[in-house]
Amino acid sequence: MLFIAVIHERLVEKFPSHIIKTERSLGDSVVWIPKDGAKGFFSTLKADSELSFDFLVSLTAVDWLDSRETRFELVYHLMSHKTKQRLRVKIDIPEIKPEAESVTSLWSSANFLEREVFDMYGIKFEGHPDLRRILLYDEFEGHPLRKDFPVQGKQPRIQMLHPEVRNTAVDMRRASLVSINPRRASNGG
Amino acid sequence: MEANERAKKLLNVDYGLGGITQTVLESQELGDDLHSESMILNMGPTHPATHGTIRIVVELVGEKIRDAEVEVGYLHRGFEKMCETVDYNQVMPYTDRLNYVSPIINNVGFCLTIEKLLGIRVPKRAEYIRVILSEMSRISDHLTCLGASAMELNAFSVMLYLMQAREYLWELIEEVTGARLTISYCRVGGIKADLTPGFKEKTFEALKGVRKQIALSDKLLSRNRVFMDRVCNVGTMTAEEAISYGFTGPLLRASGVDYDVRKTYPYSSYEDFEFSVPLGTKGDNYDRFCVRLDEMEQSMKIIEQALNNLPDGPIEVDDPHITLPPKDQVYGSIDGMINHFELVMYGVKPPKGDVYSMVEGGNGELGFYVVSDGSGKPYKCHVRAPAFIHMGAMRKMLLGANISDLIPTFGMINMIGGECDR
Repeated sequence: MLFIAVIHERLVEKFPSHIIKTERSLGDSVVWIPKDGAKGFFSTLKADSELSFDFLVSLTAVDWLDSRETRFELVYHLMSHKTKQRLRVKIDIPEIKPEAESVTSLWSSANFLEREVFDMYGIKFEGHPDLRRILLYDEFEGHPLRKDFPVQGKQPRIQMLHPEVRNTAVDMRRASLVSINPRRASNGG
Repeated sequence: MEANERAKKLLNVDYGLGGITQTVLESQELGDDLHSESMILNMGPTHPATHGTIRIVVELVGEKIRDAEVEVGYLHRGFEKMCETVDYNQVMPYTDRLNYVSPIINNVGFCLTIEKLLGIRVPKRAEYIRVILSEMSRISDHLTCLGASAMELNAFSVMLYLMQAREYLWELIEEVTGARLTISYCRVGGIKADLTPGFKEKTFEALKGVRKQIALSDKLLSRNRVFMDRVCNVGTMTAEEAISYGFTGPLLRASGVDYDVRKTYPYSSYEDFEFSVPLGTKGDNYDRFCVRLDEMEQSMKIIEQALNNLPDGPIEVDDPHITLPPKDQVYGSIDGMINHFELVMYGVKPPKGDVYSMVEGGNGELGFYVVSDGSGKPYKCHVRAPAFIHMGAMRKMLLGANISDLIPTFGMINMIGGECDR
């Protein structure tokens, strides 16, 4: 039996209303689920002894702009170290109020991945411990991987960084600053 | 206890001459209180030990790291946005600049993704050549990682030995691809050029040199007291933690999890070769060092097997919609001319759909998720970069460690800026 059929069988009884569609595409198993209750679905995928998807491989989004009813689509890739099976999970996210549930508590790697999706697509993750931009700076305007973001353009100028550190979770304003760059003897370089 | 409360308690002690005070402070607490103010140390974004631009801010109590903040993104060039503006073969130079220490693996990873979407498989000879050059890149990736990490721990000769070994390999890569770093060697449906005459003999000669240099470094480091004190039991990740943080590649295998894309999901004829997957036990930096050292030997075994059994035949698929026709057809026949023109103007056109495919990169699973809308350009191209995901665990590995542990831990993650920040 194909793996996707196994998943379908195991999940349909637990989440009868939760699987919109399953598909086998180019050798990959794909599942579409609704936005609400996604975290419960994921925690079942992880905890189920036969599926045990313990490894979140990647998380990204696709912007369909006007070509689909719901604009964004979150794409999760999961893998199980036990069965070595892989699964792609897709969730539609509407343009108005683009929000999804965070899965950081299930897989720690989701922390950086969700921050990247927030940075690039502006999709917010509820329950994320530290949702900030990650690859771009805080003052950046717009979300560059959205399809309506121009390829060429200019960003407003921003202020120089203070010696006191901004944009970090560590509060630095109260302490003196010691820097060990760039020519510290014990760097060996 | 909060720092504030501790300070208050300390201040409230009556040090008057009248007698012994009754406020009890344990000696440990007192010791903490004497230096209760933590110090913030900023490292990067341009720091010699962060071979790449990255910034780490650590909050220190004495020498212990109490909190850490990792800031990536200084090398962000918008790889994924740029991919959406060019056709599939034009993405190839961009992939070179992801993990620039092992560019061929990126090329192969991207090509395999598009080939999966097209439903084709390149000829056996092309697959073998891709394997040979991928493994060379993997060795050079590990050599760079180990050499740079050793140098940061003051073993400078090791750096020189290993760079010499890398030089042997890069000369071979240069001979075949015409470039050392940004090689753009693979094409959708094949590779750019065949191996040069005498490549086999030169490779066997070069591998001898590489083995010699690795043996020298092994002798200098593997049982070296100074080195071991710096890396043993440092940056430890258990198997569960490593899986939860999405580790792959040498970092995951150092924690004892047997997962290698080449073995678990063989691609590009890896099932033809015999090699083992070295595993660690503890998941500390020393295990990561040993796993990388052993993997290089396995890679050399694969290269030797592939060269000894290299099949004859074409190096590209025979499909005018995917690969350029030979020049005599372009100039001699109308079909050849039209195919050439179409391919150059509009590029390869995979069918509609999305696909995820992965290869074993130098640092872990390198995956590409490509969405095609049926046109000549990718609708979306996402890279699952191992370095980015490993950096997510940096904070966890640093908490509670000494400030001096930061350098070997960061070195063994082997963050490549181009791949991490894309």
